[in-house]
Amino acid sequence: MRIAVPRGALFRETLDRLDGLGVDTAEVRANDRKLLFEDAGIVTMRPSDVATYVEAGAADLGITGKDVLAEQSERGVYELLDLGFGGCTMVFATVEGEDSAGEALRRLGMMRIATKYPRIAARYFERTGRQVEIVEVKGSVELAPLTGMVHGIVDLTATGTTLRENGLVVREEIMESTARLIANPVSYRLKAAEIDGVLERLRAR
Amino acid sequence: MIHPIPSGTRDVLPDELRELRAITDGMRAVFDARSYGEVATPALEYEDVLTRGDQAAADPAYRLFDEHGNVLVLRSDMTIPIARVVATRYPSAPVPLRFYYLQHAYRAVHQHRAQPREILQVGIELVGAPGPEGTAEAVTVLCAALDAAGLRSYRVGLGDASLFSRALERAGVEDGARDTILHELATRDLVGLERELARAGSPDGLLELATTRGGIDTLDGVPEAEPLRALYDGLPEDVRARVIFDLGLVRTLGYYTGAVFEVYDAAFGAPIGGGGRYDDLLGRFGRELPACGWALDVERVHAARLEEGVV
Repeated sequence: MRIAVPRGALFRETLDRLDGLGVDTAEVRANDRKLLFEDAGIVTMRPSDVATYVEAGAADLGITGKDVLAEQSERGVYELLDLGFGGCTMVFATVEGEDSAGEALRRLGMMRIATKYPRIAARYFERTGRQVEIVEVKGSVELAPLTGMVHGIVDLTATGTTLRENGLVVREEIMESTARLIANPVSYRLKAAEIDGVLERLRAR
Repeated sequence: MIHPIPSGTRDVLPDELRELRAITDGMRAVFDARSYGEVATPALEYEDVLTRGDQAAADPAYRLFDEHGNVLVLRSDMTIPIARVVATRYPSAPVPLRFYYLQHAYRAVHQHRAQPREILQVGIELVGAPGPEGTAEAVTVLCAALDAAGLRSYRVGLGDASLFSRALERAGVEDGARDTILHELATRDLVGLERELARAGSPDGLLELATTRGGIDTLDGVPEAEPLRALYDGLPEDVRARVIFDLGLVRTLGYYTGAVFEVYDAAFGAPIGGGGRYDDLLGRFGRELPACGWALDVERVHAARLEEGVV
């Protein structure tokens, strides 16, 4: 079996869980640049790519955040288990002080929102009946309202420190996210016994 | 000069077409030997006729207007057109009717997902033969076709489109909660399924039921699985060896009523085909008959065969 492991915030805890399954992760921990670890059955990548590799069958299992799965909800992968770690919150935030986004909504009839999660943001504002223009950015979202490009942002936050340091405040919480174990639909059937074994040991923890 | 073609479409050149031909010729011989007759229907149909079968399942992605302003669509599968053919051209013919096809179907794509807009499908429809015997015949022909295509390691996942909702009913879960729970199952979100089952009072054994995959013994103690057991009893030994029971299997098309199946090959990351029973669909076109069918994606079968290294 091959497992897709996310580099970044979920990396260490994911490897700890794999240690618990008896996977030897020493080489993965020691090597920052290598991507494919054939012996350990591990491939490492950005969290947002995990669902892509698992859907294609390039990995049988993967670990990634619920935020990624919600953003890419049409992916054909099985969401098997809430691993409980990596907890964070998807929030709507604006510059502190007067509510500039609400003001924009009143006077312009819409808000401009910067995000790395265009689908989650669009769905949320549609559901709550507010007209928005989504601006997709790839890097630090906090910059967008500070430069006046947008009225607010939708982003993931764990502690809120980065938001605070950039003078942004959380106005609304959209969803909670934790790490999830996902499986390729073909592997889910053809490797059912192995996958159920992994699940059982992860649940027992 | 370079002239582009739409993403998700492609030109097929002689080397590939020769290999595709070897696959489909082998399958054709299987269908001929079992008295299935080949049919072809127009790629373009009237939208209001196609969506009569099943609004969601017909789900046409490409629409255009003809010279009179009628809405025409490119078909997204072959099952609904064949249901139309049966009602229109065989209104009183004796059953069962056995058809096969080798035709293109057209689907919408998500951008940058390497998905095809045009899919070459091969499949059968067995009309007027109720389950479990009719289903057993369809699954047997499916395996014969895959054998003829030269695939070695394929497996057939067998489930039942109505099994889980019947189990929910037996457990006394209310109607409203049932829909939410079935939605989690259909979207393959087992975390959400567990959450919604907990909300409905965690009825005994239902989460385990939804995640049961395995051999015939996995049906023990599940009264809702009796139709699947009857189906299994009607399968020849070599087909039984290919079967994986999957009690949480839900096909996304809305018209399935009973047994459903999917074809897997370890050499390909997604199902290479599937099908099931659709006992209500023909009635919507005016001839009430039980029916069952399946389709394989020929290009995926070819890709799996290349990956298996059998060419």
